[in-house]
Amino acid sequence: MEIQFILNKKQVTAEVGADTVLLGLLRDLGCKSVKCGCETTNCGLCTVWIDGKSRLSCSVLAAAVDGHEVTTMEGVKEEAEEFGAFLAAEGAEQCGFCSPGFIMNVLAMFRELEDPDIEEIKEYLAGNLCRCTGYMGQLRAIKKYMEKRKSPVIKVREVRG
Amino acid sequence: MLTIGNYVKAKTLEEAYELNQARNSRVMGGMMWMRLGNAKVKTVIDLSGLGLDKIEESDNVIKIGAMCTLRQIEESEALRNLYGDGFAEAVRHIVGVQFRNQATVGGSIYGRFGFSDVLTAFLALDTFVELYDGGTIHLSEFVKRKPDKDILLSIIVRKSKRKFRYESIRQTKTDFPVIACAVVTGIVHGQETWFFSVGARPMKAELVDKAWEIPRDASEEMIAEYARKAASEFTYGTNMRGSAQYRRHLAEVLIRREISSILAEER
Repeated sequence: MEIQFILNKKQVTAEVGADTVLLGLLRDLGCKSVKCGCETTNCGLCTVWIDGKSRLSCSVLAAAVDGHEVTTMEGVKEEAEEFGAFLAAEGAEQCGFCSPGFIMNVLAMFRELEDPDIEEIKEYLAGNLCRCTGYMGQLRAIKKYMEKRKSPVIKVREVRG
Repeated sequence: MLTIGNYVKAKTLEEAYELNQARNSRVMGGMMWMRLGNAKVKTVIDLSGLGLDKIEESDNVIKIGAMCTLRQIEESEALRNLYGDGFAEAVRHIVGVQFRNQATVGGSIYGRFGFSDVLTAFLALDTFVELYDGGTIHLSEFVKRKPDKDILLSIIVRKSKRKFRYESIRQTKTDFPVIACAVVTGIVHGQETWFFSVGARPMKAELVDKAWEIPRDASEEMIAEYARKAASEFTYGTNMRGSAQYRRHLAEVLIRREISSILAEER
């Protein structure tokens, strides 16, 4: 069947099977940031936004996104790079395989929560698993990213420097 | 693995019901559990275009469409105003935000899963299910029925001044619960009544009600005795997450805490 949807702000038409999963379709369409990590609907690696909400693309039928808007990390490149730099600076990642899904959910969190405390952050990101680390680097990166977002002065200095 | 022959986004409830009468048809909720199974489904029926994704509050009931997500339950002002943080507590440990943005209330209730926090929570309240063909029946009756070819349209909670508490134990965050307990109390026909719903025993949630009048200043020992009595009304099983004996102990502890918490609020 033919479906039409918006992928990263562009209208897309695709031919899909009844049991084609969104994750596979997105990868076929070139969005290789979307990965499958667990096969049990648990790990958060396949996180994309559908109509602005974080979802597990491994469990969404491609047919069901007909008429909807899908965003992958490729669609929020600048923001992802900005936050990704904080992750890298904290040495938060080892293999990095889980990062795209993690970044998508972090960015979703900041769209939903104004100024989350550490418990709120942990709860929001509980569905993003990382099997290399203990999440401490990721939490440091989030805190520093939040500090930077809060202080425009520092931002200006950095740009000038 | 799951294979699907046809995907149909139903345009009317009639169409969904008719399609679902075929032996190889399945209604999809959030596809969280269904996709993990082995099934050859001829037609999968998507109800997402039928407006079943709203939580509506009227004078007497809160009506939750079957396609509402667990995240909607978590964030519902209507449920929070009536029952405090109980519902948010019941669902917030379920996998992650992404999962709860997708898993549906209808899928959870229709599936009557042993591990279901959602079923455990709703069962403790005065809850009904609205079926396309089978009318509106009490959830406590629905849980005993075997899955059939009817379609679950909504979950209806009859509003009442009841106190609601929910607690679960997990071996690790985001895992299935080892035990899940909901305690509700209120006046029913002039009589103080306590409702206990215990799920993940690991069998699906069951409901026990007691016409107990527990003094608001009851000692911890007295409360522990009530909790012991309530927990002993259920059967428990053993699986990889815990033994029957362990589960029974946990149920006692959680029920005791929940009774204490309600009494403390009313003191």
